[in-house]
Amino acid sequence: MRWARENLFRSWPETIATLLVLWLLWKTIPPFIDWAFLDAVWRPDSKACRASEGACWGFVAEKHRFILFGTYPYELHWRPALATVILIGLWVFSAFRAFWKSWLVAVWAVGLAVIGILMWGGVFGLRYVENERWGGLILTLLLTTFGIAAAFPLGILLALGRRSDMPVIRALSVGYIELIRGVPLISLLFMASVMLPLFLPSGVTIDKLLRAQIAIILFAAAYLAEVIRGGLQAIPKGQYDASHALALPFWRRTYLIILPQALRIAVPALVNNFIALFKDTSLVLIIGLFDLLSTVKISLNEPAWTGFGVEAYLIASLIYFVFCAAMSTYSKSFEVRR
Amino acid sequence: MIEMIKVNKYFAAFHVLKDIDLLVSRGEKVVVCGPSGSGKSTLIRLVNRLEEHQSGKVVVDGIELTDDVKKTDMVRREVGMVFQSFNLFPHLTVLQNLTLAPIWVKRVSRKEAEDTAMHFLARVRIPEQAHKYPSQLSGGQQQRVAIARALCMKPKLMLFDEPTSALDPEMIKEVLDVMVELAREGMTMMVVTHEMGFARTVADRVIFMDEGRIVEAAPPADFFSAPKTDRAKLFLSQVLGH
Repeated sequence: MRWARENLFRSWPETIATLLVLWLLWKTIPPFIDWAFLDAVWRPDSKACRASEGACWGFVAEKHRFILFGTYPYELHWRPALATVILIGLWVFSAFRAFWKSWLVAVWAVGLAVIGILMWGGVFGLRYVENERWGGLILTLLLTTFGIAAAFPLGILLALGRRSDMPVIRALSVGYIELIRGVPLISLLFMASVMLPLFLPSGVTIDKLLRAQIAIILFAAAYLAEVIRGGLQAIPKGQYDASHALALPFWRRTYLIILPQALRIAVPALVNNFIALFKDTSLVLIIGLFDLLSTVKISLNEPAWTGFGVEAYLIASLIYFVFCAAMSTYSKSFEVRR
Repeated sequence: MIEMIKVNKYFAAFHVLKDIDLLVSRGEKVVVCGPSGSGKSTLIRLVNRLEEHQSGKVVVDGIELTDDVKKTDMVRREVGMVFQSFNLFPHLTVLQNLTLAPIWVKRVSRKEAEDTAMHFLARVRIPEQAHKYPSQLSGGQQQRVAIARALCMKPKLMLFDEPTSALDPEMIKEVLDVMVELAREGMTMMVVTHEMGFARTVADRVIFMDEGRIVEAAPPADFFSAPKTDRAKLFLSQVLGH
């Protein structure tokens, strides 16, 4: 009671705000519980769903495999499932600082090789599955993983280039960053999927997935570069003085002194960009790749299930949210502690 | 050890150093003083090319400093520097601060670098702080770490750019004591400072600068008892007055 009086009803405006919030909660929570649980239909029965007031979880139950794995051959779903588990496992494993040793690179190499074998098949008696048919969660995760892994170093180089003393390198970096930032990701994806093949000599083809991946990398790198540049600018001049005075050459100075500090300063903004990248991968929908969000959308096309979008999108949001929340929670441990 | 002939330095249109001639021989201890803005920091920063001069000649340990990066690096390996704001690397421990350059620039083994580091930490009397981060130390301790860091490169010449100006009064002495000791061991030193007591004790020569010129250069006994210029007299009355 005392706590309530001190924290919720200390003054008139505060009391009104408290009551308003309580009223809003009263108006929203019980109906949501009714909808999501009490009135919900759990069987995959679209007629029952249409008759009921509640959520139609039956739809999600019926379609969850398509939502998670897209058009990957149904009887082979265990392969992307296992690949997803391995990929998430690699991320979680890498999160522990105790494992930040040189062999971690080998662990990733092996892990990614296994994922490649699982997804493509064609060896060890696994049936070959062309990557046009990959889809769902694993596609989102792969695009994000390779997107971050390639865009991050590229972004560092661009940021360093933009601060370089050499005019040509600086001009190239500035030109690249401004050009890419001035264009929406969607148009880059279109260009990658429609225009890029026109420029390639006949006979050379890069498949759609790789083209989308390259577009995402190029796009993210420009944004990451600016974030990293912000971190670089925050480093006191004295740090440069001291490393010059100790005769540390450029790359050592950059790697040992400047980047560790700059990246730590940039952590909140970097994570912001990683999360954006993770969600931006859903744009590959427009060039006909089926990531997690596209599979949700497509599963709604079936006449029996049209109109049950809320449930499906709720689940998709939940999946996205879990990954993003994990990223932002983990990143807190890197922020500058002073 | 240091030879400057007709050195001029500009920051854009501002003429910071005007026709500087200076000779510092091996083992000599030179204290540079003067009012703020007189160019003393810039002068000392020319010696390891943290600043570039526009005309004249700067030769350090027989190597002329030019645009040639290799020569600059050769000089920097032989010249240690201590800054007003310490400039320790905050993301590294004290020991890592001390071993970084020997390992990556001089290519000595980690073991050897750590032994050297512990030796110099003992010399500046803080061996027990080896595994702490700079932010966990007091200002005086940080500056002593900075001195040890420079010494770990086994320099022939040490530059000090106002090493005690950012310190609380009670910490100045612990840093000066280390510097006096270093001077007694025969290190060649160029020190920008307002600590006239230090100048009196260790300097072979005091250089007084004003408006980008070396106005006076004399042994401390002469400089303090009989400054020749009015500018130096005024400066001394202000510095020694309190």
